[in-house]
Amino acid sequence: MLKWIIVLLSALLSVNAFAETPQERGLAIATAADNADKSWGDSSANMLMILRNRQGDTTRREIRNRQLEVEGDGDKSLSIFDSPNDVKGTAFLSHTHVDRADDQWIFLPALARVKRIASNNKSGPFMGSEFAYEDITSQELAKYTYTWLKDETYESQQTHVIERIPTYKHSGYTKQIVWIDKGMLQALKIDFYDRKGALLKTLTSHEHQQYNGKYWRAARMEMVNHITGKSTTLNWTNYQFSNGYSKRDFDKNSLKRVR
Amino acid sequence: MRYLLALLLSGLFTPLSAAELSGNISSEFRYFPEQPLNSQQHQNNSSISAEIEWVKSWDRGYQLLIFTPYFRLDQGDSERTHADIRELTWSKAADEWELRLGIRQVFWGVSESQHLVDIINQTDLVDDIDGDEKLGQPMLNLAFIRDWGTVDLFLLPYFRERTFAGHEGRLRPALVIDQENPLYESSQKQQHLDIALRWSHYLGDWDFGLSYFNGTNRDPDFVINGSQLQPYYRQIEQIGLDIQATKESWLWKLETIHRRNRDIQYAAATAGFEYSFYGIFERSTDLGVVVEYLYDERGDNAPIAFQNDLMIGLRFTLNDEQSSEALLGAITDLESSSTVYSIEASRRLGDNWKATLEGRLFHDISPTDPLFHYRRDHFLQLRLGYYF
Repeated sequence: MLKWIIVLLSALLSVNAFAETPQERGLAIATAADNADKSWGDSSANMLMILRNRQGDTTRREIRNRQLEVEGDGDKSLSIFDSPNDVKGTAFLSHTHVDRADDQWIFLPALARVKRIASNNKSGPFMGSEFAYEDITSQELAKYTYTWLKDETYESQQTHVIERIPTYKHSGYTKQIVWIDKGMLQALKIDFYDRKGALLKTLTSHEHQQYNGKYWRAARMEMVNHITGKSTTLNWTNYQFSNGYSKRDFDKNSLKRVR
Repeated sequence: MRYLLALLLSGLFTPLSAAELSGNISSEFRYFPEQPLNSQQHQNNSSISAEIEWVKSWDRGYQLLIFTPYFRLDQGDSERTHADIRELTWSKAADEWELRLGIRQVFWGVSESQHLVDIINQTDLVDDIDGDEKLGQPMLNLAFIRDWGTVDLFLLPYFRERTFAGHEGRLRPALVIDQENPLYESSQKQQHLDIALRWSHYLGDWDFGLSYFNGTNRDPDFVINGSQLQPYYRQIEQIGLDIQATKESWLWKLETIHRRNRDIQYAAATAGFEYSFYGIFERSTDLGVVVEYLYDERGDNAPIAFQNDLMIGLRFTLNDEQSSEALLGAITDLESSSTVYSIEASRRLGDNWKATLEGRLFHDISPTDPLFHYRRDHFLQLRLGYYF
């Protein structure tokens, strides 16, 4: 009897596995990755951005980042610029949303002015780098549709390869191909395809470290623009979780006193 | 004030680990292509300025001390050589309130062409004719922060007089302004306690502020006294409203005030939009088109330049490594042909330097326009700043 049940169950399971479409499988992987990175609460980290042009000349930007996880909506983030010196003290506040446009404000210390800014410039470069605004803002599950393409070994890691297509308006991309590490459930590589469908940029993530025994974060990211030959490196240091941030640390008033 | 000083000193003597020093030293050269109206006024001019910011933050960033002195040394105009404390503040934040005590800079408003609602700080006009540079204002500011918005209460115990160009300076009226002998409506003069209130909030893509001010007008009237003009600071009440709706590539803006003094009351407004084209010319350059209408109910009697004017501006943001940007603008009077053209462009040089080009052209200014005094003061200015 037991034997029959096992046979029946395994048959059912295999039928299910067979019936799972690439879309369902893609969404399942993305959901698993999203779930693996839930309930982190808040985090902070220092970002060193190194911009490299085709000739190899470099310029640097230093930014402190703070993030607050919001249940049921997009996360809140605050970026404080420490260099270049002429923009020191400039702060960028973003409230991301799943179902509507993000709210964004910028504080300009020279004018003591908080400005609400349009959030639809998704594809514009962030601080003159190869990262667009949409690459660095909170990656919410509902912002893409997913299709599983294949599983393969990438850089000697077992990965799921999925295609994701932005569902939000004003994206600069028609699609992204993502290599997700099966163990960490973190993206190791993303190919970005522009509005004409051509390969525009590739992002690779390196030196992942685990925090609080759960959350994986890359210590280094490399974005290469295949059209311009320019590239940008992000070096992340001093990752800290459970800072005790509240929504007050991510409101318009907080912008004026972050330094 | 003594408490603040004690706090500042205690801040100075604690370890400097969390203290930060930054700022800029800038040199500027102004080229005036035309001879001045008055032979006392200078021709081309050089100037250097320094703004230094000392910041100490502790208590997880919930307490903050800022000290920002400012200096300018000017070749041609002794009135433009001046010093100011832009900020000397202690701030304390809590869950539902923030207290800010000392000399501060506060900006209200959304418009680009003029700042009607903004009334807390006095304009440092001799420093910059745009009105973007402000003198430090002593205050006690308590902000109540709730889910339904922020209410700011201001007590402003000391009035700052506007700065003006001296007799040798350019960009001044034909009559020299007697800055030593201003007149006040209030017998308390600079000691008059001004108060202000502001409620600000946002709902979705609407940001707005409703404000009230009762005290000494930051904009003086003028009384002719022999060959000089004496600034006259009246007591006023002002209600202000500023709104911005951020709708995708459109920023819709409105600023309006209703101001009342002993003799008259009037309304004024700035209304318009900024529309952005992203990634133009197949590149990462953004182009913003700014259109604003400037209105003052007093019409031609208004002692200001913009009472029925239209501003059109083009803002180019290159989004390159040097953060290059340029704003080309024109404000034209809809009744006469008076037009002010302006250019402002800046670019970072290396990591620590920034070059800024600025120019103004006063074209076909009507004799009844207050800008008529500036008709020979077109200028082109190059500023080179070192930032640390």
